[in-house]
Amino acid sequence: MLELAIGIILGCCALGAGMAMIAGIGPGIGEGNAVAKACEAIGRQPESKGAVTSTMLMGCAIAETTGLYALVIAILLIFVAPGMLVNILMSVI
Amino acid sequence: MQSDMKKFKLFDILFISMIIIPIVCLILLRVLVYPVSEGINVTGALIYFTIPMPIQDFPVTESQVNSLAVLVMLFGLCLYLTHGIRKNVNVKRTVLAEWIVEKVEGLVKDNMGEFFSTFGPFIAAVMGLSGFSSLLALFGLYAPTSDINIVGGWAILVFFLITYYKAICGPVQYLKSFTEPVALLTPINLISEIATPISMAFRHYGNVLSGSVISVLLAAGLQGLSAMVLGWLPGFLGEIPLFRVGIPAVLSIYFDIFSGCLQAFIFATLTMMYVSSGFPQDEYEKRRLKKAQKS
Repeated sequence: MLELAIGIILGCCALGAGMAMIAGIGPGIGEGNAVAKACEAIGRQPESKGAVTSTMLMGCAIAETTGLYALVIAILLIFVAPGMLVNILMSVI
Repeated sequence: MQSDMKKFKLFDILFISMIIIPIVCLILLRVLVYPVSEGINVTGALIYFTIPMPIQDFPVTESQVNSLAVLVMLFGLCLYLTHGIRKNVNVKRTVLAEWIVEKVEGLVKDNMGEFFSTFGPFIAAVMGLSGFSSLLALFGLYAPTSDINIVGGWAILVFFLITYYKAICGPVQYLKSFTEPVALLTPINLISEIATPISMAFRHYGNVLSGSVISVLLAAGLQGLSAMVLGWLPGFLGEIPLFRVGIPAVLSIYFDIFSGCLQAFIFATLTMMYVSSGFPQDEYEKRRLKKAQKS
């Protein structure tokens, strides 16, 4: 029975980490849009390349934030949560 | 003259050794203290020892020691660059130091405006600390920026700065700024105020940590691949990690050098933006004018 419980904990942690990373879709689309528009802008006005590039990197970094939240949660679920949950289970039994 | 020259050289050597010795000490510490582990795995910062304290024990971790070493290194670098600085003398390092100062001051002036023109040293310090901390991973050391405690500390510092410049026109004005544009939005404004340091810390730490985790996963994968390809050979020939030579270094260029420097730049830029956007420019000018008229 204990093996089953630990197995459920490990499996659900892995599933949760995978599901959390679905959030990676959003930043991907957003950053793609940002870079596409930046390329257009540089094509139209090649002399403003420096300003456009630094603004684009800035915007990409901010758009990335939601994806990074998901990443942090996924890393916690994979590396930290199983040990903690198993400890809680052991202390209950 | 001769003895002056000798003294000059001596101090130079001292400053350069201030840059190199911390790295060597950290590598030695890592080699001596690190526990032997089976295979490749992802671990957090190692706790060297804990100091017993009344409320909670104070653990001294690898990331704290590394970030202190980075501080010493930056101090040595600054001393080296500005050593023997004089008017109208164009030594290479003087030019470099001037270039750095000019760039940072220009950046601060562009992003923050005239009122914050004295912010240059702080921004340069944040940028240098963050960048060099991330670059420490090149030596195979634990990058302090992949520990949320270090980056969270910086984010809290920035949060205090933002609050100070928001409250520069008195506490009443500060509390009033939460009810803008409509009083109904006060809870949302409060949440976004708290979310600022959290998102800053998570952005920096998540970027660096994801790079190191992906590097470790790639190294483990390449280890498995080379074991699959060469595993049938007898003896030590089967254990040669063929694919681990060189390939992870390509990834390291992006994750350690490019991403680390970019995150340092972004952290500094966000600091400048948040601080200058929280500052009530019009109100401050109005008050200063009133004060000038009174006196």
